Amino acid sequence: MVKPSEQSSHDSERTLALRLRVWRQLRGGEGHFEEYSLAAVPVSASFLEMMDMLNEQLIREGKDTVAFDHDCREGICGMCSMTINGMPHGPIPGVTTCQLHMRNFRDGETITVEPWRARAFPVLKDLAVNRSAFDKVIQAGGFITVRTGSATEANNTLIPKPIADEAMDAAECIGCGACVASCKNGSAMLFVGAKINHLNILPQGQPERERRTLAMVKTMDDAGFGNCTNYGECQAHCPKGITLDVIAKLNRDYLRARVKEFFSSTGKARKGGE
Amino acid sequence: MSDSSCCKNCQPASIGKKVIMALSGLVLAGFVFGHMIGNLTVFKGAAAINEYAEFLHAHPGLIWSARTVLIISVIAHIWSGVLLTIENRIARAGGPAVEVTRRASLSSRTMPYSGVIILAFIIFHLLHYTFRTIALGGQEFGPNVYGMIVAGFSQPAVAVFYIASMILLCLHLSHGISSVFQTLGLRNERWRGRLDVLATLYGWVIALGFISIPLAVLLGRLK
Ligand code: HEM
Ligand code: SF4
Ligand code: FES
Repeated sequence: MVKPSEQSSHDSERTLALRLRVWRQLRGGEGHFEEYSLAAVPVSASFLEMMDMLNEQLIREGKDTVAFDHDCREGICGMCSMTINGMPHGPIPGVTTCQLHMRNFRDGETITVEPWRARAFPVLKDLAVNRSAFDKVIQAGGFITVRTGSATEANNTLIPKPIADEAMDAAECIGCGACVASCKNGSAMLFVGAKINHLNILPQGQPERERRTLAMVKTMDDAGFGNCTNYGECQAHCPKGITLDVIAKLNRDYLRARVKEFFSSTGKARKGGE
Repeated sequence: MSDSSCCKNCQPASIGKKVIMALSGLVLAGFVFGHMIGNLTVFKGAAAINEYAEFLHAHPGLIWSARTVLIISVIAHIWSGVLLTIENRIARAGGPAVEVTRRASLSSRTMPYSGVIILAFIIFHLLHYTFRTIALGGQEFGPNVYGMIVAGFSQPAVAVFYIASMILLCLHLSHGISSVFQTLGLRNERWRGRLDVLATLYGWVIALGFISIPLAVLLGRLK
């Protein structure tokens, strides 16, 4: 990324003429690519601002605008789902679509913009997909259960710095779904791994650790995500630098939870036994 | 059991299938190492390998325990591999129009293909040297395993097929072995690179060990 201070005034005045191949799809429809020409795109515009320019042009022409998701436009909400030239969030690693700037594209370039493609993320319209499957995974276990209204002294629960750091690293996941979109198996393991690690390694997450792990994996499977085959594409496309470590640890925690469940005590003697 | 689809209910979860894949793969990967070491006795001369074969045949308990474990592993491996591959194709929903690969290795992307060709190879190999029904020109070798190996690999097409299959096995293992550690939760960013190297090394050791035999016959070193 070019820092603002490194930009010459010349650079910020530069504009691009682009050809856009944008996926258009109506709810329940088939969908197809449509081509648009867009002139005078400032290189300092973000990718979403460029999409806004396209929509303004479409409004002027009396045409239907391109639907796409966005919210914070500062890289923290995870809404801006777009596959740009085959790459979720575009060509610059560690950057969300909203933080991607047009100076990363060439004048006259053809840019292909598609929605996330996965069975678990059906297209709502154009580039907007339904990511409720992620919400369901969070509802299944992405929380801790505490009594509110009687906050204890925070220092009663000591958390070693390395554990706090690791949990914070996992908590960086913004739930954007780029991992699913980049995965050739449509797997959500990086997302689920991040969420499980975030809570499972902290003291507050211990009481529900096994239940959480089993429930989140079950919900993930039921939602129709694929199975991880360790391609590693998710890590290479995650805008927040979540690593495959969270998947290894998810696998380990899942195994642990299954073993504990299998050998769990019923608290009673065997029927007919003494 | 409200879910009407039986398959969904009796199937292990995604991670369960991966663990079956990993453990059965590990058994097979361990087996190929032992098998390769056994085969290399061919270089110690006809007597050595014929004796080794005789020893195995004289211990049916040993041979059949190993075969049972292998058959179960092969079935489990193929069953979970087929399920994983089909489910993953469906989950991907066709994928993007522009397909970009930043990191996935060639071996990782070809696992189902290398696997199926290895399966074809296993079937051919069993018919060839275990049941001795094909590609041996109807000759009888009895306990002369050495003679059978030399006769088998004297046909260049057969030798080349064995060599090509072993290169695919190398490819399969170079992703598979590292994958096992990830699936069992025994890998991290520090160890990933090292385990990838280890897996590739293992694949090449296995492949070159096996390849040395048909190659030696082709080059006239074993006759
Ligand atoms: C019989 C034909 C075979 C087929 C159809 C097959 C197919 C597959 C598939 C689809 C995978 C999953 C890829 C992944 O999850 O990354 C896999 C993984 C693996 N295979 Fe095979 N394979 C076969 C034979 C073998 C043999 C002979 C060996 C051992 C020498 C082997 C060792 C492994 C290992 C170690 C893994 C990694 C398991 C994991 O992902 O953790 N496979 N195989
Ligand atoms: S793991 Fe990364 S790519 Fe996946 S949802 Fe979280 S932030 Fe997005
Ligand atoms: S719009 Fe919020 S992360 Fe991009």
